Amino acid sequence: MTKQEALFEFLLRKADDSLIIGHRLSEWCGHGPILEEDIALTNISLDLIGQATELYKYAAEVEGKGRTEDDLAFLRIEREYKNVLLVEQTNGDFGKTIVRQFFFDQFEHLLYEGLMNSKDERIAAIATKTIKEIKYHLRHSGEWIIRLGDGTEESHNRVQESVTFLSRYLDEMFYQDEADKILIKEGIIPDVMTFKAEFHRNIETILEEATLKLPEENYQLSGGRKGVHTEHLGFLLAELQYMQRTYPGMEW
Amino acid sequence: MKAEDIWAMLEDVTDPEVPVLTVVDLGVVREVIHLEGNHWKIIITPTYTGCPAMQVIEDDIKARLKEDNIVADVELVLSPAWTTDWLSQDGRRKLEEYGITPPQDEGDKSVLFGKRPEIPCPLCKSRNTRLISQFGSTACKAHYQCNDCQEPFDYFKCLK
Repeated sequence: MTKQEALFEFLLRKADDSLIIGHRLSEWCGHGPILEEDIALTNISLDLIGQATELYKYAAEVEGKGRTEDDLAFLRIEREYKNVLLVEQTNGDFGKTIVRQFFFDQFEHLLYEGLMNSKDERIAAIATKTIKEIKYHLRHSGEWIIRLGDGTEESHNRVQESVTFLSRYLDEMFYQDEADKILIKEGIIPDVMTFKAEFHRNIETILEEATLKLPEENYQLSGGRKGVHTEHLGFLLAELQYMQRTYPGMEW
Repeated sequence: MKAEDIWAMLEDVTDPEVPVLTVVDLGVVREVIHLEGNHWKIIITPTYTGCPAMQVIEDDIKARLKEDNIVADVELVLSPAWTTDWLSQDGRRKLEEYGITPPQDEGDKSVLFGKRPEIPCPLCKSRNTRLISQFGSTACKAHYQCNDCQEPFDYFKCLK
């Protein structure tokens, strides 16, 4: 694998992560539990889709095959998407959306802090911009997890169930293969294993304050980075890609 | 035609969401470069990565310069990353007059649940206000209410 191929693979993975979770959040538009959260979730969605756009733009340039950010976002098939399984999970209730966001934000914060030091100037620029927004996302999901976990009996039980369910998807965020090894060696990306312990300390601290627990048995699922997805991605892409597929080449 | 003339023209281009601010007030225009003849390059930087107003700003810049027969290439650069520090003093004053509290020094935001900064009410200037939502009508604003005069208002979030 060449450095260019590794870089393209990495950019696609992160762009797909942001696009898919951004899309999931956009599904809340008009359906939020309260107006402020409808606005909050869609604002966060906008940030994430904006981040995905920057990453796709760079990925398209690195690939050098004349594809645009829109081609990459809208015209690939399931097995070509490299997002982690966590982000494609359904929204469920507000609590499940918050738990999914909480796990994602905590990881992204550590990753993008590392990416700010990337030897690749474009990635460092994207990261420096993105980290400012991630800090707001982090505050939002962190505060809600505490409110819901240490809330009523019902909110606590629902969110605990979501924590148990979604905890199966934590390890995949730390997946590494040949592409990562090449980029780590070139100083383009950080080695995520160096902050895995910190990640777990951070989530456990907040979960404790929220009176929530990770499950005893540590059963982990993966496959997304290799394009092997859960049953949810197909339906998600059917909606995401509908307009582009129905009216190829359409523009606003 | 000199660079100062172009900058003066750009002061006619306002933010589509907050029309009291010009793109120059926002610090979104980074550089004005003469290519040749009446062909100029304008370098802008986005505020939030997903800001939907950037496309409108780009179109408005081209349209305004075209009025003076200038052909403008607008280029978006990400680095250095835009921060609310680049808002001009004039811009901050205009925001407040418009009813939006300008960014306040919020200290270190990496502290997750630290004490929230006091955001003053743009109407009565009281610091006795409360946060309604961290996310307001646009990505860049948060929503507050004054506990003294009851005025609900937007706060232009500090981005550093």
